[in-house]
Amino acid sequence: MSSETITITLDGQSVEVPAGISIMDAAERFGIRIPRLCYHPDLSLAGSCRVCIVEVEGMAHYMASCSVQCWEGMKVRTNSPDIREARRDIVELLLDNHNMDCQACERDGHCELQNLAYSMGVRERLFEGRRKQLEGDSSSVSVIRDPSRCILCGRCVRVCAEIQGVHNLHRHGRGFETVVSPANQEPMDESVCIQCGQCINVCPTAAFLEKSATEQVWAALADPKKHVVVQTAPSIRAAIAEGFGLPPGTPSTEKMVCALRHLGFDAVFDTNFGADLTIVEEAHEFIQRLGGKGPLPLLTSCSPGWISFLEKFYPELIPNASSCRSPMSMTSALTKSYYARQKGIDPDDIYMVAVMPCVAKKYEAARPEHVMENGKPYTDAVLTTRELIWMIKSWGIDYWTLPNIEFWNLPNDEFDSPLGLSSGASDIFGTTGGVMEATLRTAIETLTGEPHGKIDFEMVRGVEGVKEAELEIAGKTIRIAVANGLVNAKSVLDAVLSGEKVFHVIEVMACPGGCIGGGGQPYPPSGYKVLDPELLRLRASALYQIDAEKKLRRSHENPAIRKLYDEFLEKPGSEVAHQLLHTTYRPRTPRGIQL
Amino acid sequence: MKHIANTDNLQAVLQDAREQLPETVVQRIDQALATSNPRSELISVLHKLQGERGYLDRTDMAAVAQLLRIPTSTVTGVATFYHFFRLQKAGKYNINICTGTACYVRGASKIVERFQEELGIQLGETTSDGMFSLVQARCLGMCGLAPVIMINDDVYERVTPDDVTSLIRTYSDKARAVVH
Repeated sequence: MSSETITITLDGQSVEVPAGISIMDAAERFGIRIPRLCYHPDLSLAGSCRVCIVEVEGMAHYMASCSVQCWEGMKVRTNSPDIREARRDIVELLLDNHNMDCQACERDGHCELQNLAYSMGVRERLFEGRRKQLEGDSSSVSVIRDPSRCILCGRCVRVCAEIQGVHNLHRHGRGFETVVSPANQEPMDESVCIQCGQCINVCPTAAFLEKSATEQVWAALADPKKHVVVQTAPSIRAAIAEGFGLPPGTPSTEKMVCALRHLGFDAVFDTNFGADLTIVEEAHEFIQRLGGKGPLPLLTSCSPGWISFLEKFYPELIPNASSCRSPMSMTSALTKSYYARQKGIDPDDIYMVAVMPCVAKKYEAARPEHVMENGKPYTDAVLTTRELIWMIKSWGIDYWTLPNIEFWNLPNDEFDSPLGLSSGASDIFGTTGGVMEATLRTAIETLTGEPHGKIDFEMVRGVEGVKEAELEIAGKTIRIAVANGLVNAKSVLDAVLSGEKVFHVIEVMACPGGCIGGGGQPYPPSGYKVLDPELLRLRASALYQIDAEKKLRRSHENPAIRKLYDEFLEKPGSEVAHQLLHTTYRPRTPRGIQL
Repeated sequence: MKHIANTDNLQAVLQDAREQLPETVVQRIDQALATSNPRSELISVLHKLQGERGYLDRTDMAAVAQLLRIPTSTVTGVATFYHFFRLQKAGKYNINICTGTACYVRGASKIVERFQEELGIQLGETTSDGMFSLVQARCLGMCGLAPVIMINDDVYERVTPDDVTSLIRTYSDKARAVVH
C-alpha cells in the first residue's frame, strides 16, 4: 500500500483513506464492521459468500467490500434498507440447503453462521430448499468431516494450503454438487492430512470437528475398576478460561485442576512434568549431536501435526528429528510404568486421559509406536480443550466459583505427585519459541558446566511465523530457528536443504502461534477472529506470566525429575529412558506435494 | 552412531509415477515441466491422459500430481469440475443425451431420468457390468431432431422416455450376439 491517500464518501461523510485499501478495511477504520463470512485477513481473497456487499454509486450491482479497492471519489453506502434485505437474503440462501440440525450440533451457540443469521435479522424462512444430504467421513482418528454442514466458504481449503502448506482440501464437483474434500473425495484417513485441525478452527459451522472422546472418558470415570488419570498440556491453562467467559490471557491452572478433580479423576498430572523431562532428554540429545553423534540441525518433535508433516512432506529430514516422545507420551508412559509401580496398580487398570490443545494428539496417541509391550496404548483417550470445557459445563461445575467450594473436601488446586511438579520452562512449551527457550535454559548450563544467569531469551519470544537467532555457548556459535505454521516451517527447511542457511536446532510447531493456537483450542471469544494474533499473544502472555511467577525456571532443576532419574531412569539417554521416552519415525504415504 | 536409513522417498515416488502413466502422457508432462508455468498445463495433460485411457483413473491422477508437483486435491478438484472429464471407464455403449436448449425444452431431462432409473446409475457413471455409461452433452448440433441421443456413433432422434427400455434391450442383445 502506498502512502498516498484518496478521498471517498463513506455513508455520506467525506473521509481520507490510504490508496489501495479495500472498502471493508476503509469502513473498519471509521468504526463500521461490515458483516463477512468467507473473508479472513490472513487468507487469500475468495469473494465468494457475498455477505459483505455494499452499494457503490454508479455501479449496477452491489460490490463485495472485501475485494474491491477504494478509488478517488468513490461513494459507498454500507447500510440501507435494500442492502440489509439483500444481505439477509444471501444469508438465508446459505441456510437454505444447510443441514440445520442446530440443536444436535457441537457448534450450537458458537456457530458463525448462526450468529450471522441472527445479526442479519433472519427471523423466518422464506425459501425452503433441498437440504444437503451428504455422507460424513469419520475415518480419521482426529478430524471428522461433515459436508452436509458445509456452506462452501472455502476457509478450510485456504488455511490448509496457505497457512499449513498441506493442500489436502479442495472443492470437488460443481454447482449444488460441490463438496470440499481431500483428493478424489477419498477418506481423510487415506489422505495427505496431517491432522492439525486448523480446518476445524476456521470453519464457520461444524463441517469439520475433532473426533470426540468424551463418551469414552465419561464411561471410564464411571467405571470403579479403572484408575483414571488425567494430564493437561501447558497451553490448556492459558486458554480454558475463555470457555467460561473469562478474558483471554487469564491463567487458570488452579480452577482447571480443581474442576478435573470434581469430574472424578483419580490423579491429576501435569504434561508439564513430561515437558521438563523432554527438555532434559532433548538437551542431552542435542549435546550428543553437537559432539558429532547424529545429524544437525536437530528438529524438535513435540508437535504431532508437525511430525506427520515431516513424515509425509520432508521424509528426507526424518533422521534430524529428535527421537524424544512428546511430553504427552512421556507422561503417559511414566504413568503406566513408574507411577503404576509406585502405587502397585496394574498398568492395564489405569485409564490415561490427556487434555490437549491439539487434535493431532489423538492421532499420536493411536500410533503403534506409543503402546505398551502388551500392545495397549499408553494414552487411552485425548480430549481437546473444547471437549474438556464442554465436559465441565455438562457436569454442572460452576467454573467461576472454583476452587472456593469446600463441598467435596478435596485437595483442590495443585497437581498430584509424582508427575505434577514442573518448572516454568515447561509452561512456555505451549507457545511458539517456548521449547527453544526451555532447551536453551538447560543446554547452556549443561554445555558450560556452570550456572548461567540468563533465564529469559527474548529473541525467541513473540508469535511471528519465523524467528532466527545466534548465540555464543561455551565458545561455540549456535544458530537457532523457530517456526510456527507449516508454510513458515517449510521456508526454514527449504533454506536448510538448499544450503542457504545453517542451523543447529530448529523448533517447529504445526499451528500458528504454537499449541496456544492449536486445532483443539476454544473457538475465539466475541471480539476476536480465528487465528487472531492478538488472541495468541494474550494466551502466550498467560504462559510467560506463570513461568515468571515460578521459583523453578529450568527443567533440569526440577527435583521430581532428578528423583525420577535417581529411582527409575538412571540418566538421560539411558537404555530404560530410550525404551520409555524415545520413539521412531518413518516416511508415510501419500507423499505430500506442495506448490 | 547407528545406521540411518535413507528416508528420502521422492525419487522412488516419481519413478513409480512415471511407470504408472502411459509413455505419451509422461512425454506431455516432461514438455509441461520445461515451460515456465507447468501448473497451467494441467488441463492439457488431463486431456492427453483421458485420450489415452478413455477416462481419468485416480491412481493415474495421483501420478500426474506427483510429476507436475501439483497437490493431488487440486488435480482431482479440476477433474471433477469439468463435465468433459470422465472419472469412470466408459461402458461398451456410451449413451450421450443432449441436454442443450432445444432438447431440454422438448423433454431431455425426462429421458435422462428414465435412463438413470433403468440402468441404476447417475450421469458420468458406468454400469457395474461395464455395458453402459451415461453422459450428457450440451447440444449435439441436431436441434431440429430434438430430443436427440447418441449411443456410441448411432444417432436417435425425437426420443421419448418410453423408447428407453427398448433402446437398452437392443444394445444388450447386440452385445450378447457379439459374444456368442
